Amino acid sequence: MNRTVLYWTLAGVAGWCLLPWYTLDDGFWSFEWLTDGYPLDTDYAPALFLVGQGEKLWLLPSMIFLLLPFLLRGRDKNDRLYGRILLIAGIGGLVCLFGQGFAIGIRGWTAGWLEDLFGKLSDRQFGMGYGAFLVLGAFLFLTTQGFAARGAAKGDVFVSGAIGLVIGLVALFIAFPILQVLQSAVLDEEAAYSISVFFERFADRKIWGLGCLDGRLSCGAAWNSLVLAIIVGATTTMLGLAFALVATRAGLTKTRAFKALSVLPIITPPFVIGLAIILLFGLSGIVTTTVADWLGVQPTRWVYGMPGILIAQTLSFTPIAFLVLVGVVEGVSPSMEEAAQTLRASRWQTFRTVSLPLMRPGLANAFLLGFIESMADFGNPLVLGGNYNVLSTEIFFAIVGAQYDQGRAAVLAIILLVFTLSAFFAQQRWVGRKSYATVTGKGDSGQHPDMPAALKWPVFAIVGIWTFFTVVVYGMIFYGSFVEVWGLNHTITMKHYATAFSVGWTEHGIHWSGAAWNSFWTTIQIAATAAPLTAAIGLVTAYVLIRQDFAGKRSFEFMTMLSFAIPGSVIGVSYVIAFNVPPMELTGTAAILVISFIFRNMPVGVRAGVAAMTQIDRSLDEASLTLGANSWTTFRKVILPLLRPAILAALVYSFVRAMTAISAVIFLVSADYDMATSYIIGRVENNDYGLAIAYSTALIFVMLAAIGILQLLVGERRIGRRGTTVPMPAGG
Amino acid sequence: MAEIGSRASAVEFQGVSKVYPGDVLAVDDVSFRIEPGELVTLLGPSGCGKTTTLRMIAGLEAASSGRIMIGDADVTALPATERDVAMVFQSYALFPHMTVAENVAYGLTMTGLPKDEISNRTAAGLELVGLSGLDERLPSELSGGQQQRVAVARALVLEPQVLLFDEPLSNLDARLRRRVRDEIREIQQKLGLTVVYVTHDQEEALAVSDRIIVMNRAIIAQIGTPRELYEEPETVFVADFIGEANLIPCDVIFVEDDLATVRVGDAELRLAARGAGIGPARLAARPGRLKLDLDQGPSTMKGLITKSVYVGRHIEYSVETESGSIFVSSSKVSDPVGVGTEVHLDLGSTGTILLRI
Repeated sequence: MNRTVLYWTLAGVAGWCLLPWYTLDDGFWSFEWLTDGYPLDTDYAPALFLVGQGEKLWLLPSMIFLLLPFLLRGRDKNDRLYGRILLIAGIGGLVCLFGQGFAIGIRGWTAGWLEDLFGKLSDRQFGMGYGAFLVLGAFLFLTTQGFAARGAAKGDVFVSGAIGLVIGLVALFIAFPILQVLQSAVLDEEAAYSISVFFERFADRKIWGLGCLDGRLSCGAAWNSLVLAIIVGATTTMLGLAFALVATRAGLTKTRAFKALSVLPIITPPFVIGLAIILLFGLSGIVTTTVADWLGVQPTRWVYGMPGILIAQTLSFTPIAFLVLVGVVEGVSPSMEEAAQTLRASRWQTFRTVSLPLMRPGLANAFLLGFIESMADFGNPLVLGGNYNVLSTEIFFAIVGAQYDQGRAAVLAIILLVFTLSAFFAQQRWVGRKSYATVTGKGDSGQHPDMPAALKWPVFAIVGIWTFFTVVVYGMIFYGSFVEVWGLNHTITMKHYATAFSVGWTEHGIHWSGAAWNSFWTTIQIAATAAPLTAAIGLVTAYVLIRQDFAGKRSFEFMTMLSFAIPGSVIGVSYVIAFNVPPMELTGTAAILVISFIFRNMPVGVRAGVAAMTQIDRSLDEASLTLGANSWTTFRKVILPLLRPAILAALVYSFVRAMTAISAVIFLVSADYDMATSYIIGRVENNDYGLAIAYSTALIFVMLAAIGILQLLVGERRIGRRGTTVPMPAGG
Repeated sequence: MAEIGSRASAVEFQGVSKVYPGDVLAVDDVSFRIEPGELVTLLGPSGCGKTTTLRMIAGLEAASSGRIMIGDADVTALPATERDVAMVFQSYALFPHMTVAENVAYGLTMTGLPKDEISNRTAAGLELVGLSGLDERLPSELSGGQQQRVAVARALVLEPQVLLFDEPLSNLDARLRRRVRDEIREIQQKLGLTVVYVTHDQEEALAVSDRIIVMNRAIIAQIGTPRELYEEPETVFVADFIGEANLIPCDVIFVEDDLATVRVGDAELRLAARGAGIGPARLAARPGRLKLDLDQGPSTMKGLITKSVYVGRHIEYSVETESGSIFVSSSKVSDPVGVGTEVHLDLGSTGTILLRI
C-alpha cells in the first residue's frame, strides 16, 4: 500500500473519528468545543461518537468507503484492482457524503420525494465542519490517486491530485453557487419548480422597459447596463489606444510614467472615483457651483445617473485598456511598418493600412474587457447612479433591500451573467486566436515609426486632458479628506481622520477607538489570509496548465478563467443563496469572504503563474525529473524558487484586490466581519462623505505602500537570464 | 501581361556615418559606389554596421553625416517612402492580414497606379517568383520558402532603382538556402537589377555577389570581387573572415621588385610583397592549399601530425610546428597520414599570402 494513500486514508479516518463533524456556531477558529462537552455533546461530536450514540446514522456508510483502501495491503500499483478499489472508495465516499448532505437539511429531508420514500425524519443536521471537510478531502485525493493509478496524468499522483483539487474547488465554489442561482430563479414562493415564474420575473418592465425612448419613464436595468457597457467599452478603448500610442510611438523616452498609470485602478477602490466625481460635479461640487454661479442658474443634479457613471467608469477602466493595448501596439512588428514605408506608404497610410488592422484584435480585446468591467462595476453606479438603474445594483437591492426577493435577484444575476459571459466567449473564440502580435520571429529589430502628425496632436490633446483630469480627481480625493463639510465649509481639518483612526491609551494598552479600525483590521486579516491561498491555487493551476498534458486541458483552462467573467455581484448573490443552508453553511463567517476573494482573483494568480512559468524552460523540470525527483519535489525545489517574483506579484495583487473589492463583498459582510469598502459605502449612503473619503485615502496609501514594497522585493530578485539590453536598432 | 522591368541605378555613399543615441558609432565614415545592375554584398560579423548601412540606403535610418546618392539624386534627407528602393526583410514582414496578392499589390496601390495595371503587375510578379495561383492565400498558409518569394515579388513589382535584401536566407532551412540563393541571383541577372545584399555568411556572399564589401567595426575592411577577397585579402581580419586561414607569424628578410623573401621557421618563401616591408609579418595560409610532404624542400616546415579527423570529402589534420599548430585539410582521403607521423608542410603554394600586420 502506497504511503500517500495510507496518509490520506488515515486523515479521513481521523476526521471521521476525532474532529467535530458539524459547523461550530462560534466560528471556525474558536476552540471552546475542546473543553465544552467534546466528544459526546452532539453539537461538537465527531461522526464516530454521533453514530455510537445512535444519532445521524446516515454518516455510517462514508466510514465503509474510508476503510476500503485498507484492502490494498499487499497489492502494488500495477495490480488492476488497485486503481479500481481507490476509485470505488473515493467516488463512493464523495457520493455518500454529498448525498446525505444535500438530502438532509435543517428541517429534515430536503425534498418531498425523499420523505415519501423513507418516511418522516425527526432528526436534522447542520452545515459541515472540520471533520466533514477532512473526510471530503480524503475522498477527493483517494479518487485522484485512483485515476492516477489507472494512468491519468501519466500516473503522476501529484499532478492528478492538483487537477482534482482545482476542479473540486471550482465546482464547489463557482459552479455549484451559479447552479443554485439558476435553480432559485425557477423556484416560486412555495419552493416549487415553475418555469412560468421565471418568465414572469424575467419579463419585468424594470428590467427590459424601453420607457426612456419616449422620455416618460426610465429604461430597464438590462438596457441601461448594456448601453453603458458599450459606451464605456468604446471610450476606454479609444483612450487606452491614445495612451498606448503616446507611450510607444511618440518618440518619448520616459514611458515608465505611463506604465505607472496602470497601477491606479488596482489601488483605487472602484467607488472612489465616483466619490471624486461627486465632489467635482455633484450638487455642491466645485465645478457645478462655480458654473452655476457664473451663469446665474441653480446647480443641478445632472451628474447623477448615466453621465456620472460614464465619467467614473471611463476614468477607472482606461488604464486597463491601456495595459492591454500597450502590449498590442508594441507587439506589432516594426518591420511590418518599415516594409510599408519602403513600399511607398506614407506614415498615415502605414498607420491606416498596416498598424491599425494589426491592432484590431487587441482593440476588440480591450473593448470587451471594458464592457465586462463596466457591467460588473457595482461601486460607481451605487454612488452615482441616481435613478439610472443598472443590473449590478438592482441585484443588490433585490437581496439587501426591503423586498428581499431571492428569485428576482437570481433572474437579474442570470441576465448579467449572460451579458458578461457572451462578451467573454466572444473574446475567447474570436479574438483569442486572431492575434498577430506573436508573428514576430528572427530578425525583427527595427523601430516603430512615429505616429503620423495628423494623429499625433489629437492624441496628445486627449492624453493631456485625461491626465489632467485624473490628477484633479485624485487631488480632490486627497483634499476632500481634509475638508470640514464639502460644499458648505471648506475649513481644513483632521476631523475625519480622527473619527476614523483615533487611537487611545487605556490601562489595558492601546485602544483602537476610531470608527474605522474594526473594519480596517478585518480587511487586512481577510486580505492577508486570502492572498497566499489565491497565489497558491493560481500557481498550482498554472503549473498544471503549462507543464502537464492531460485530457480536457483546454476546458480546464477555460473553466479557471471563466470566473473572471462572472461579475462580483453575481458571485455575491450566488454565495448568499448557495451557502446559507447546509451542507455548506458559510454566510456570516470570515471564511466566505476569504473564499470569495480566492475565486474572484484566481484568474489573476493563474495568469501571473502562466506568464512566469512559460519563461522557465521545460528542460529544467525534465532535468530534475530524470535526476530522480518526483513532480512535487520538482515543483517545490526547482519551479517555486524560480517563480518567486511571480509569487510575490500574485500575493500583493490579490491582497490589494481583496482590499478594494466591493461588488461581491457587500453581500457577504456581516456584523462580525465588516470590510473597509462596505463600511465606506455605508458612510456614503449616510452622506458622511468626509469620513468615507478620508478612509479611502488611507486605503490608497496602504496599498501604495504594499505595491512599493513589492517593487523593492521583486526588483532585487530578478533572475539574471535575460540581461536588459539597450534597444539597439538593427544588429547588422 | 505586364513584364517586370528594371530601372537599375547606382548607389553611392560619400563619407557616411551613423551615430545612435548614446554615442554608439554604428557606421564610421563609409564611402563606396555600387554600379547599376551590380549585386553587391555587405558582409561582416554581427554588429559591424552592415544592416545599418542597408537601412540607410532604404531610408529607414537617417545618416548622421555624409551624402547618400541613388542614381544622380541626393537622397540623404529623404524618408523611405520617398526613395525609389524596395527591401526584402529578414522576417519577410508580410502583412498577415492581407492575402498574397494584396501584399504584392500593396506598394503599387500606394504609388497610385491604375487598378488594371496593379493587377497585371501583381500577376507578373507572382509568376516571376513561381507563385501563380496562390494569390488568395494568407501568408500564414504558406511555407517559409513561399513567404520569402512573396516578399521578393512584393519588392520586385515596384521596379525599384535599388533592391535591398536583409539576410534573406536566414529564416530558411539549409537545403532551401542554396536554391533560393541561386534564384535571387538568376532574377537579378535576368532583370539587370541593382541589388544590395546583407549577410554574415561568407560562403553565401562569395556565391552570390559581383562584389563584396567586407565591414568590421563600423568601417569597410575591404571591397573586392569574391576572388580578390579570397586570394588577396588585405588584412588579417579579411583573411580570417573569408574562408578559413592559418595565421602564421613570419619574418620578411628581403624585398625586391615587389617580391618578398619570407622566413617561417626553417622554410623560406618568395611571395608577392603587397607593400610589406622588412620585419615581422604574418602569413595567411588556406588549409586546403597546404600540402603534406614526406620530403624536405625549400618551402617546407617540419611538423608532427597530432590529430587526424576524417570528415568524408577530406581529412583534417592538426600539424604541430615551431610556429604553432597549423590546420590542414587534405583531399587525399584514400592515402591518410597517421597521427605521430613527422611531415614536411609545404607553404609554397598559391594559397599562402603575405599580410601586413
